[in-house]
Amino acid sequence: MAAHLSYGRVNLNILREAARKELREFLDKCAGSKAIVWDEYLTGPFGLIAQYSLLKEHEVEKMFTLKSGRLPSADVKNIIFFVRPRLELMDIIAENVFSEDKRHSSVDFHILFVPRRSMLCEQRLKEQGVLSSFINIDEYILDLIPYDGDLLSMEYESAFRECYLENDQTSLYHTAKGLMTLQALYGTIPQIYGKGECARHVANMMLRMKREFAGSQNQILPVFDTLLLLDRNVDLLTPLATQLTYEGLIDEIYGINNGYVKLPPEKFAQKKQGEASKDLPTEPKKLQLNSAEELYAEIRDKNFNAVGAALSKKAKIISAAFEERHNAKTVGEIKQFVSQLPHMQAARSSLANHTSVAELIKDITTSEAFFDNLTVEQEFMTGVDTDKVNTYIEDSISQKDPLIKILRLVCMQSVCNNGLRQKVFDFYKREILQTYGYEHILTLNNLEKAGLLKPQISSRNNYPTIRKTLKLWMEDANEQNPNDISYVYSGYAPLSIRLTQVLARPGWRSIEEVLKMLPGPHFEERQQLPAGLHKKRQQGENRTTLVFFLGGVTYAEIAALRFLSQMEDSGMEYIIATTKLINGTTWIKSLMDRPESQAP
Amino acid sequence: MMKNKPDEEDYWNSSKFKAFTFDDEDDEFSRLKESKQAVNSIRSLVEEEDDEDEVEKVSWSGEPVGSISWSVRETAASNQKTQREHAFPKINASSPSVSRSHSGYSLSSLFKGESALSESSVKLYAPELRKPKSESKDYISDWSPEETIHRMQQGKVVSLERFRSLQDKLLLLDFSVRAHDGNIITAVLIHLKRTLSKEVLFRELESRQTALRHFIHYLTEIRDHRLLLELLSKRRDFLKSCLNLPFSPEESAHVQDHYTLLERQIIIEATDRLAEHAGKVEIFQKFPRRASILNMPLITTLYYCCFYHYNEPEGTYSSPLNIRHTFRISEKQYFVTVLAARAKLKAWSDLDALFTSRNWLGFTKKKSPLSFHRVVDILQKNSAPTQVLQEYVGLVDDADLRIGLAQKHKCHDIVINTYRDLKDRQLLLGYRGKVERGSAEERKINDLLDSPHIRWKN
Repeated sequence: MAAHLSYGRVNLNILREAARKELREFLDKCAGSKAIVWDEYLTGPFGLIAQYSLLKEHEVEKMFTLKSGRLPSADVKNIIFFVRPRLELMDIIAENVFSEDKRHSSVDFHILFVPRRSMLCEQRLKEQGVLSSFINIDEYILDLIPYDGDLLSMEYESAFRECYLENDQTSLYHTAKGLMTLQALYGTIPQIYGKGECARHVANMMLRMKREFAGSQNQILPVFDTLLLLDRNVDLLTPLATQLTYEGLIDEIYGINNGYVKLPPEKFAQKKQGEASKDLPTEPKKLQLNSAEELYAEIRDKNFNAVGAALSKKAKIISAAFEERHNAKTVGEIKQFVSQLPHMQAARSSLANHTSVAELIKDITTSEAFFDNLTVEQEFMTGVDTDKVNTYIEDSISQKDPLIKILRLVCMQSVCNNGLRQKVFDFYKREILQTYGYEHILTLNNLEKAGLLKPQISSRNNYPTIRKTLKLWMEDANEQNPNDISYVYSGYAPLSIRLTQVLARPGWRSIEEVLKMLPGPHFEERQQLPAGLHKKRQQGENRTTLVFFLGGVTYAEIAALRFLSQMEDSGMEYIIATTKLINGTTWIKSLMDRPESQAP
Repeated sequence: MMKNKPDEEDYWNSSKFKAFTFDDEDDEFSRLKESKQAVNSIRSLVEEEDDEDEVEKVSWSGEPVGSISWSVRETAASNQKTQREHAFPKINASSPSVSRSHSGYSLSSLFKGESALSESSVKLYAPELRKPKSESKDYISDWSPEETIHRMQQGKVVSLERFRSLQDKLLLLDFSVRAHDGNIITAVLIHLKRTLSKEVLFRELESRQTALRHFIHYLTEIRDHRLLLELLSKRRDFLKSCLNLPFSPEESAHVQDHYTLLERQIIIEATDRLAEHAGKVEIFQKFPRRASILNMPLITTLYYCCFYHYNEPEGTYSSPLNIRHTFRISEKQYFVTVLAARAKLKAWSDLDALFTSRNWLGFTKKKSPLSFHRVVDILQKNSAPTQVLQEYVGLVDDADLRIGLAQKHKCHDIVINTYRDLKDRQLLLGYRGKVERGSAEERKINDLLDSPHIRWKN
């Protein structure tokens, strides 16, 4: 199930194994049969680490979802709560424990906090009078979860908001901790580059933590040559743009959660012959998306316009393979054909799924609304009329289109104009408040604080300079056979990835001027390696860079980095880490106050 | 400024600028169809058990059988079954009070530095990192505030009680803030809250914004509203003293508007509810109100008033015109809202009046702040009759757009007249095939085609 983690340049399965080992050790600490009560949110991230079978091997007999009231009767020796450190969950746990006590059962209680134990929560349990009921209170540090062969995520949703709005840098501390764990497993990373305030913080913390461990040295041969820390607020533009890769569009339209997507079921109904279509599924169809699936690994990072061709090519190959059966004459040939059947059938069902998904997406990307929206985005990114009120935005507001869509566009205009002209800024603000409600003034203030939406202070708009220097807009992006990262947005090359690309070659010195225009310091640090651990590089051997996006990364950016890894002459392979996988919608949502009151 | 110029020119002069284009739509579609067909043809060939022997089993909801979230549901379901089997409550013979006190990890013990907390139970669940050399140091030794924070970060036993002076406590706070670990900041704050008078604590927090935010968050979480209010009202008083400073007037205007709107909504809601109950006002009988107007956004309120109070004189609170002026609603927003509300009521004559303006000679002319293209869209969504649609389609300036809309909404007259004006005989001939046989439209086309007065261009 996790084999795809070890295919890549860096074997991320080691990290997964380490996490599994910790989990087993904790379970064994609670001797005897067990039931686990899950904070439902955690089942997603844990699913990336372990399957039920692992838990079963360690005597986990029952699993429940954390709910208030009585615990279902389980008849086990241990009940273990797997929870995030949240106060409201502590109250539920207390209720559960009390109800169990009334039953006079002799069960032992344990808590496993993920990813950290919290003083506040333990105090709450104490106030509720149940703290002493727990035999074990532990923490399970799930800082960096291996998400795919080249991708790690902390699944820390509120990281951006905490860092830039609330000035709470706890997520950065966790990031530094996670990076220390990573270095313990994969060796000290000799070079650290960074851009942005948060990047600086994380690097400082890492260096300090290293000093604190100075007694002994890490004897593992370094796997990573370079670490690049990037603040999300260095590139506020990219997540606002609509992603145009296959995976990016799936996320934009349906939302990918912990590697799963839920889709409308209609297109997946299997019509079997002789069977009435009476039980058309009404539950959404859930698909797991990762590179373990051959076809998906092949098409996920393509521009959506190239997906149709790829699918039909695949269809021909599969059909041909099935046709082979007519050629199978001898017993040996038939036997060989049959032995390949399972693989072919898996490929067939994978093709069926993705054809359906592509159809669903196609319905949307061919709509007028999608086209109009994209046109406006591309106008902004190329710097057209960003200093005027945009009619499309105005019309969308008067049609009461979803507020998040409006905010994405307005923020994009602001970012591409280095702030909106005061008159334009006031106009949008008034229209939004009048149409969606005055309470959204809090959200608008948040966006202002995060630098996404602001009035122009100086009359100098430096976005055009940045765009030209970094070649953020490529006129003839080739969607079918890309030769540049700009294919992921059909013309726009994500700023964050351009920075990464330039760092590898020719180096940041060539863009000093632009770096100064972007927020936060840029820096370089070196970590000393013990003698003997210096890599002797073979001629033509690629270097490996870990790019860490503080505050989130989009699938399109990941696609662009994978594209760079595959370029023959790039000489660099990228592993990606982030606090959370985001898209414009989830990102803006995390910055809203009372997003639930938003009109549909 | 000059720098922008070439950009613009680039844009206008080059046709390269393009939006996301799906080249060859049909082709693209047929490709998807192609792969779909392939899939289907294979399906008939390998029947049923196809999903069985795949790499992993997947339940309908798509989760792999055996994944955690799947198993949570599954084991819970099986549990219900067993519960039903043991219908009788199970009496547990064993003693209920197995001493549980040995867990012993409590906040106060943590702070008091009691050794109830064994090192092993706070062992970090991460792959073993190398132990810092400081660990060999003695337990009870005098940790400095900085060292104490470090130890807390490593999940070790510390005693905060030892720090008695205000200076030490503040040092603790400052070091915890510098460690960026919210958990530890909170722990220190809890200690400070217990051991400092709130005057002193508030005073010190004022100059420590990060810690202050953590404290507010903490109070919100534990629902200590009394203290929170005190803290916030202190802030409010502080803000009030700032109000005289040149704060953004825009911001305070929005707050004022919000207040005015709520005030009005309360009045309108009270009056309308009475009117609805009394049953004397026809519109409330015909279109009962679906929800209260309280707390709705301004534009929703305007829509409501356009719906129920359209013809009121401008003096009343609920008059749309009054609302428009009070809240400085833009012309476009106003038009769109009136249009949507009156179209919903099928009050076409109101729309006529809305768009009609009279010039000084007394001639009337239809004018609109939004394009007539969009007007038609909105009307069509409210299922306006062809006659009404026709009138507004005819007002669309751009000929191509006009023909497109007219064809879409079957406004034959407009199509025919436009082709006539274009003197395009071929298109007119083509269109004859699209109208009903023997209809008035067909006759009109025939008359035009036969007309000797038109000089056709083709």
